[in-house]
Amino acid sequence: MWRGDYWFLLQNLVLKDFKVRYRNMSLGVFWSLLNPLLMMGVLTFVWTRIVPNHHIKNFPVFLLCGLVPYSFFNIAWVTGTTSVVENSALVKRVPVPREIVPISTVLSSCLHLVIQILLLLLMTLGFGLGVNIHWLWLPLVLALEVVFVCGLALLTSAVNVYVRDTRYVVESAMLILFWLVPIFYSFESIPKRFVFIYELNPVAALIFSLREILLRASAPHASTILKLVVVSFAVFALGWVAFRKLKGSFYEHI
Amino acid sequence: MAAVAFHAVSKRFARHKRRPLLRDRLARLLRPSEPVDPFYALRDVSFELPPGASLGIVGPNGAGKSTLLNLATSLCLPDAGSVRVDGRVAALLELGTGFHPDLTGAENVRINSALLGLSRRQARDRFDCIVDFSGVRDAINEPLRSYSSGMVVRLAFSVAVNADPDILIVDEVLGVGDRAFFAQCVAKILEFRRAGKTMLVVSHSLDTLESLCDRGLWLDQGRVQRLGPVRKVLDAYRQSAPAPPAVAGKP
Repeated sequence: MWRGDYWFLLQNLVLKDFKVRYRNMSLGVFWSLLNPLLMMGVLTFVWTRIVPNHHIKNFPVFLLCGLVPYSFFNIAWVTGTTSVVENSALVKRVPVPREIVPISTVLSSCLHLVIQILLLLLMTLGFGLGVNIHWLWLPLVLALEVVFVCGLALLTSAVNVYVRDTRYVVESAMLILFWLVPIFYSFESIPKRFVFIYELNPVAALIFSLREILLRASAPHASTILKLVVVSFAVFALGWVAFRKLKGSFYEHI
Repeated sequence: MAAVAFHAVSKRFARHKRRPLLRDRLARLLRPSEPVDPFYALRDVSFELPPGASLGIVGPNGAGKSTLLNLATSLCLPDAGSVRVDGRVAALLELGTGFHPDLTGAENVRINSALLGLSRRQARDRFDCIVDFSGVRDAINEPLRSYSSGMVVRLAFSVAVNADPDILIVDEVLGVGDRAFFAQCVAKILEFRRAGKTMLVVSHSLDTLESLCDRGLWLDQGRVQRLGPVRKVLDAYRQSAPAPPAVAGKP
């Protein structure tokens, strides 16, 4: 059995991913900014000029509140899903606890999230929406999203070892989610009977909370936070248990 | 109390493994009775190593040598029998596992220290020791892709021995280093053994095994052909496998 320093190992693996990713990009961190800015520009054009809407103010910030959590979720889940198969050298050659592979992959995507959150905050200020005390909620709601993605990544990365099509299922799911998560429409326009489902989706709940905090300068709803906590930790527990069950024969299947 | 104990260990793999794709999974659900032809990588292997012992493993390609080391490293579980390993293991199973070509030698040393289970403090304290032993200090801040394979193995071996494991497992990588480094490794390994640590070594270089090990294990088609003092086992193995023909022109 591997008896070592989990935290030190986790830090090193996360750091390694960062370094490898950014050393191979000539513009480095700039790419993390360019993608959401381009998407924001295009979607703002479509949803204010081509399909005009009059009830959403500060549309670019409104949009970014949806795009930032979504794009983190997208990158972290997809890279997390393929992480165990792609790190086969580690899984087959070093007796480290295997859970650390998908978790470190998700955590290393957090750099994107941090950079894009800073962009979002700058835009918020740029549109004349000031700082408010409820910004203190941000670390908590974002941390919950990370817990949620870690759980999903544990589950799908283990399944992906046995059924390699899993990554394509995840990629398709992300495509569908782009429309089913309120990125470019508001919660108010969702029919009442579907709202409950939306609130159980941590990505949607996170977007909802971000908009409450940044655009309305109010605290996120207690019921939203509660659902976010319950669903995130439940998914993490499910992923953890499934991974433990499945990791026994990773060696034979990679 | 044995440091490493294999008791009637068998390990099998499916020979015609289906690809891990959805289509193949569904096909198996529809025709579950299709026979799978198991292939035994190891069959009924037993041995015990007390602390301080050093086992050299020989055998033809596909004899199960690497599978045995992987079981001892607890990378996989046996299908039958039991594997007991008592102590911290450092394994060098492949050249440059866990090394990334885009990172520098120093960064790779840190990551590998963590993979071997060192804490932050231990990794920091032993860093100089590792670099000095490897003899690649001049290139330590260069990316690893600029290293020769000999330099990589120097660094990998250096991290592994300086991680201070109780059990060291080496699969056919030492041959890549030059003579000077090899001599250094032998000295380190002998020091290791005096300190009561256990070793498992796979190599096709019988001379290497003879200088490093006190016991030998000859595997063939997953079964133990012979187990005992290293010289006897290697002599028997030499006789079974004909030496390559002499190169024309040489006497």
